[in-house]
Amino acid sequence: MAQFMTLPEAVAQNLTTGDTAAFEGFTHLIPHASAHEALRQGVKDLTLVRMTPDLVYDQMIGMGAVRKLIFSYAGNPGVGLLRRLRDSVENGWPHALEIEEHSHAAMANAYEAGAAGLPFAVLRGYKGAELARVNPNIRSVTCPFTGEVLAAVPAIRPDVTFIHAQKADRKGNVLIEGIVGVQKEAVLAAKRAVVTVEEIVDDLDAHPNACVLPGWTVSAICLVPGGAHPSYAHGYYPRDNASYIAWDKIAADRDTFLAWMKQNVLDARPEDFDDRVSHLRSRS
Amino acid sequence: MTETDFTPTEMMTIAAARALKNTDVCFVGIGAPSAACNIARLTHAPDVTLIYESGTIGTAPSVLPLSIGDGELCDTAVTTVSVPEMFRYWLQGGRVTVGFLGAAQIDRFGNINTTVIGDYDHPKTRLPGGGGAPEIASSCGEIFITLKQSRRAMVEKIDFFTSFGHGEGGDHRARLGIATKGPTLMVTDLAVWRTDPVTHEFTVVLLHPGVTREMVQAECGWTVRFADEVGETPSPTELELTTLRDLNARTKAAHSGTNTGEAA
Repeated sequence: MAQFMTLPEAVAQNLTTGDTAAFEGFTHLIPHASAHEALRQGVKDLTLVRMTPDLVYDQMIGMGAVRKLIFSYAGNPGVGLLRRLRDSVENGWPHALEIEEHSHAAMANAYEAGAAGLPFAVLRGYKGAELARVNPNIRSVTCPFTGEVLAAVPAIRPDVTFIHAQKADRKGNVLIEGIVGVQKEAVLAAKRAVVTVEEIVDDLDAHPNACVLPGWTVSAICLVPGGAHPSYAHGYYPRDNASYIAWDKIAADRDTFLAWMKQNVLDARPEDFDDRVSHLRSRS
Repeated sequence: MTETDFTPTEMMTIAAARALKNTDVCFVGIGAPSAACNIARLTHAPDVTLIYESGTIGTAPSVLPLSIGDGELCDTAVTTVSVPEMFRYWLQGGRVTVGFLGAAQIDRFGNINTTVIGDYDHPKTRLPGGGGAPEIASSCGEIFITLKQSRRAMVEKIDFFTSFGHGEGGDHRARLGIATKGPTLMVTDLAVWRTDPVTHEFTVVLLHPGVTREMVQAECGWTVRFADEVGETPSPTELELTTLRDLNARTKAAHSGTNTGEAA
């Protein structure tokens, strides 16, 4: 059953060094505040899972918190490459990074298999694609009915999934609206789930078919307005595209990166996110 | 209108846009494909269904998204589905007629690399990776590709097969059991290319206005094959050019001016 608590409490109770963790969000609702709190608490040696690792995983990799990355697209969307990820893979700074690389279709299926309690996912995928050569977790199964050979990948079962959502009610039921991505699957596939929300309300006022996670599927709920910035929260504030563009320069240089992380993450607090989106709210 | 009234990039986007039909269901890659697909929608193909992998089906953004998941894609879509549903029911289910992709590195058979430059385990440059492309390339009815020509991008041999085009050419797709057509069209800033029906090698069928065969070869790393009869791409119309420039201006305005210099 969901417990309401502060973000530092939720991270301390649910994330441990060595965990497999997913901070999910498909461009929308990326849980930046949770990831920053994990960095402040000095959690290390993580296996991070996400379909689209972008700025916040670049930050975690650059700070040396990550041992292994399981992903399908690692870029700064519309801007370019992730420079801290590149420095780790190409130069081993701050240390080498193990990678397990998939396609989006395989990752989405693998989360779904995790949520469904299945050991693996099956898809018509990877045909002629070389990832199957370099990733031993991409295998095949033969359909027992038609004989078709299909791709198989192991289910994703994170120790903990962090997501950001628009709102929770006072019983801890969570509403996700807009581009819902793979967050429902990522929560249901995980042993524990932490959700940061824009607001806590008396009534979710949700459509009967809305994407709602019942409170009993969630471990902790934290009120963190702006917690997705510079990603966005549909209906609350738009994507801060200029910050994504600015990140390319910040991440290009190790010292600039470290100074930025100290000022904006290590010396900051979850409450700071509210200020970061204040100028954006009127544009939503 | 004279030939100098538009840039090579504008010609590329407009020529690529013309390839989409009003009845197409198109899976849109970010960057150059996104501009072309929306120009198609804003000119000759108002009812084209544009799908972005974030789950937005039938979207009609007024500005080009910076990412594949900008909020406006959802606001203007017919419906927005989850990412697993997108890849399972809609893409794998065979509902998409055209996949429109860009490429960091491509060969003459439309095989695309967006994974690494150099060796996979010790890359010279680690690129973002495939994302949706491996299954877009095999599950869409056919594949259109658009990119600016350069010897760095158009190479004799790609470093990594992120997504499969026609492999070694000929019937290589069929031998792997892939039933879809694969790459059929490539639009660059210099020319329009179609795949040969037998060898499946990209072949120049149209040169953009003012472009010579030598210019196409100078920016391509393989020996370019030209069709027996090479025509000229029709210049952009006033409507196409105005629509593209208005879209670019709206996009530029929308993507700047929100940064406060604070945490990203």
